[in-house]
Amino acid sequence: MRTALFCVILLVLAGGLLLMATDLSFGHPLRSDMDDYFIRHGQYQTGVNNIVTSIVFDFRGFDTLGEATVLFTAVLGVGLMFRKLHSGEEYEND
Amino acid sequence: MKMTKIVRTTADAFYPFCLVFGLYVVTHGHLTPGGGFQGGAVMATGTALLIVSRSYREITGRLRQTMLKLCEAFGLMLFLLAGLQSLANARPFLGNWLTQTGGFVGSVVSYGPNPGSLDTGGLVPLLNVGVGLEVFGGLTLIILCMLSGIKEDRP
Amino acid sequence: MTRLFLALPFVTVVILIILGLGAMLFKKNLIKILLGLSLMESAVNLLLVVIGYRQDSVAPIFTNVPSGEMAMPTVQALTLTSIVIGVATSAMMLSFAMVLYKRYGTVNVLEIRKLKH
Repeated sequence: MRTALFCVILLVLAGGLLLMATDLSFGHPLRSDMDDYFIRHGQYQTGVNNIVTSIVFDFRGFDTLGEATVLFTAVLGVGLMFRKLHSGEEYEND
Repeated sequence: MKMTKIVRTTADAFYPFCLVFGLYVVTHGHLTPGGGFQGGAVMATGTALLIVSRSYREITGRLRQTMLKLCEAFGLMLFLLAGLQSLANARPFLGNWLTQTGGFVGSVVSYGPNPGSLDTGGLVPLLNVGVGLEVFGGLTLIILCMLSGIKEDRP
Repeated sequence: MTRLFLALPFVTVVILIILGLGAMLFKKNLIKILLGLSLMESAVNLLLVVIGYRQDSVAPIFTNVPSGEMAMPTVQALTLTSIVIGVATSAMMLSFAMVLYKRYGTVNVLEIRKLKH
């Protein structure tokens, strides 16, 4: 009972906090200095037509390396979880 | 768990087209909407189509886990080596040292709206191919591993 | 009325986030909890894309582009990152759910909590 009450209070608080987001107006962003810079100079600096790709792979290339590593680690984890079943054995912790 | 002949034939027919379209999305990543992640996901969709239409035993003959692991590791290594290569050319890590030099993938682009050429972008197409290979291998491996987890429960 | 129409995407984001959070808080089935988490992820992606939209703008790609203002590219790049990491974490969590089901025979979190062997 107390847990349910706590959950309801949490939901109401989160909803009240998120209602602030509805003050933003759709289609008219407040600040866009960085994005204007990328649109104006991105093609000149990287030679790539697709500005999103130029950000993902050039301006933020190190971030993308980390992202690829996250994907690699997730595949490694999934593979480790099901590794014993290929040789017909059960899990080693069973 | 075997699908009917119609499903299997359709999956077989669609599989190469999925792969080719994924490769197109990967290689045109710097010109049109798309890129390594999206193209890799499209290619993995093709293999997922193949996987859901067949049993696990049949599928391991066609998609080898060793090849997929190699594919994934090779993609990540390509990314890392391309980044390290720019250190050797006196640029920062992952610095774009190939673009607009006139060499391989380095044609000079005209600024503003243009038809686009595959031969531009410098390091970006190489990184796209690396990431596309990695996402393709990774997502297919995830599906295969999870399928191997449920195959014991089926009669 | 116009103001409500302009705020409609943000209202959608708020509703989706609250639905996802509610599913995570009130459901006892592990798969449904993961679905709530995925719903919240999608809501955050939608928020990022919606923030970066400009009125009557075109996609930020210069290949044969019609003239006009371009949408903001940075938030789209961040959304791309977020989607891939979401896929990776979803696969990881679903595999954990499968392993838990094999071990306990149920995906109810209250029964898994008992830690019986």
